[in-house]
Amino acid sequence: MNLATLKGWTGRLPWQWRFGRGSRARSGDVPWGGMVLIGAVVIYLSLLLLLPALNVGVQAFAKGFGPLMEALSKPPLQHAIKLTLLMAAIAVPINTVFGLCAGLVLARKRFPGRTLLLSAIDLPFSISPVVAGLMLVLLYGRNGWFGGALADSGIRIIFALPGMVLATLFVSMPFVAREVIPVLEEMGPEQEEAARTLGANGWQTFWRVTLPNLRWSLLYGLVLTNARAMGEFGAIAVVSGAISGKTETLPLYVEMAYKQYQTQEAYGAALLLALLAIATLILKGLLERTGVDRHGH
Amino acid sequence: MRGFRFQRRRLAGAIAALPKTIGRSWSWPWAVVITYLLIMLVIPTAAMLLKASTLPIADIWRIATEPIAIAAYEVTFITALVAAGFNGIAGVATAWVLVRYEFPGRRLLDAVIDLPFALPTAVAGLTLATVYSEVGWLGEPLAPFGIKIAFTRWGVGIAMAFISLPFVVRTVEPVLRDIAIEIEESSWCLGAGPWETFRRVMFPQMLPAVLTGVALGFSRAVGEYGSTVIVASNVPFRDLIAPVLIFQRLEQYDYEGATVIGAVMLLVSLALLLMINRLQAWGGRYESRDA
Repeated sequence: MNLATLKGWTGRLPWQWRFGRGSRARSGDVPWGGMVLIGAVVIYLSLLLLLPALNVGVQAFAKGFGPLMEALSKPPLQHAIKLTLLMAAIAVPINTVFGLCAGLVLARKRFPGRTLLLSAIDLPFSISPVVAGLMLVLLYGRNGWFGGALADSGIRIIFALPGMVLATLFVSMPFVAREVIPVLEEMGPEQEEAARTLGANGWQTFWRVTLPNLRWSLLYGLVLTNARAMGEFGAIAVVSGAISGKTETLPLYVEMAYKQYQTQEAYGAALLLALLAIATLILKGLLERTGVDRHGH
Repeated sequence: MRGFRFQRRRLAGAIAALPKTIGRSWSWPWAVVITYLLIMLVIPTAAMLLKASTLPIADIWRIATEPIAIAAYEVTFITALVAAGFNGIAGVATAWVLVRYEFPGRRLLDAVIDLPFALPTAVAGLTLATVYSEVGWLGEPLAPFGIKIAFTRWGVGIAMAFISLPFVVRTVEPVLRDIAIEIEESSWCLGAGPWETFRRVMFPQMLPAVLTGVALGFSRAVGEYGSTVIVASNVPFRDLIAPVLIFQRLEQYDYEGATVIGAVMLLVSLALLLMINRLQAWGGRYESRDA
């Protein structure tokens, strides 16, 4: 079938590459052509990444500290913060359990259809978030498959919290699984088998042997899951209806405020999300040094 | 053709064998994985494709090939291809600079590359729309020349370049790092110049990684919504992209229109996923030699 050979699959996706492992060349070695190349790269990255990132901070503080604080204390924004935290608080544990289970199944067992399952876990990466949201609307919306049954029992999923949770779960699904499976593959079953021959049951083996070996990569997966869960826009925009003060998360608030020319509010919320991004990058960097890299290339 | 049929038979075999394997190796993790994937992936995907297929073929064709939809595909795919392709070149240059040279600020540059993964897309769209607007830091110097970036197709391109930037860099970087310096040195010793060494010795080794990175970046750019919707004016035939069109169809309660265009995008994503898997397997050939 060769949908994905495992070699291809364990090949990391770009955000899994660890950075900062030192360059090969020594300083003072840079030839003339190299200088030009460095200059060109720095200019390109400045125009595309650095200046826009810097702009978030500058715009947020453009009118000073007072107006920023005032914007941040508005009730709809406060509500958006709480909702965003809630999304992460629900999505991260559920996708962690799923990721661990996927790891135990896919790294420890051989069965036909295994590569198919591995590819299926990757699907949320390649499906457009808007299409993901659309799929949920077609299932749970008023005219959807389960729409009638849900309406009869008075449960609202679309334009309400459950739909937003489902959308967040969908887009942040693969991160933990993607981190955990290669580590389990590398580890091999020997330690677990040893634990079992010494009389440990399945749960004890998992809790005392498997999980401690996974801790760093698991944490790495958690950081990425959290960033995606808090930052998701497209899928949530489709299913939530973006009702201000009710189903509006921080990214939705950013767009809504910008559209209504509330620049200060938009950049206040954007600043919070940018801080989240910086924290994610720092944690990612720290974790890469502690040893998630052990199983790297 | 034979290869394709063979693959299809194996795929069908794998699906047919699934219930048996599940029965044989029942365990709690199994149950969780299968249930979760069914609820989250299989049923939603099936619902959309089935919903699309209940329409008469003529209607599907009409909705999928409406002028406004065709224009949206054109904007989406061509702009994404240009952005991802440009990042193919810029990404190789960036990876080269990061691996080969030591200079002040290298580590900062290295960390900044991952920013598009970490920064929520709404924030990216907001700040790009500001910076590249006619009164923004980077848009203002261009305005006298009649070049507008934000709220035009250029803006869509910039947003797509932003989110697809890390893919090529992060796929090429490790390959470049693993290329044995001896291979390059022997090319020099045999009399090849710098350009010839790059073109005939280095580039062939990097090619699978470059193509994988471009394909990943393209796939991401095609599906992107958050940053592009903010930085574009979303006018049909000018800078309206397919994901935004789906969103607008839904807002107008045109579920059929949204479903058909959504199904087209879903099939494109599936095809891209398949292609990326193939590319990674091809790249794996090079990797396994070092391992």
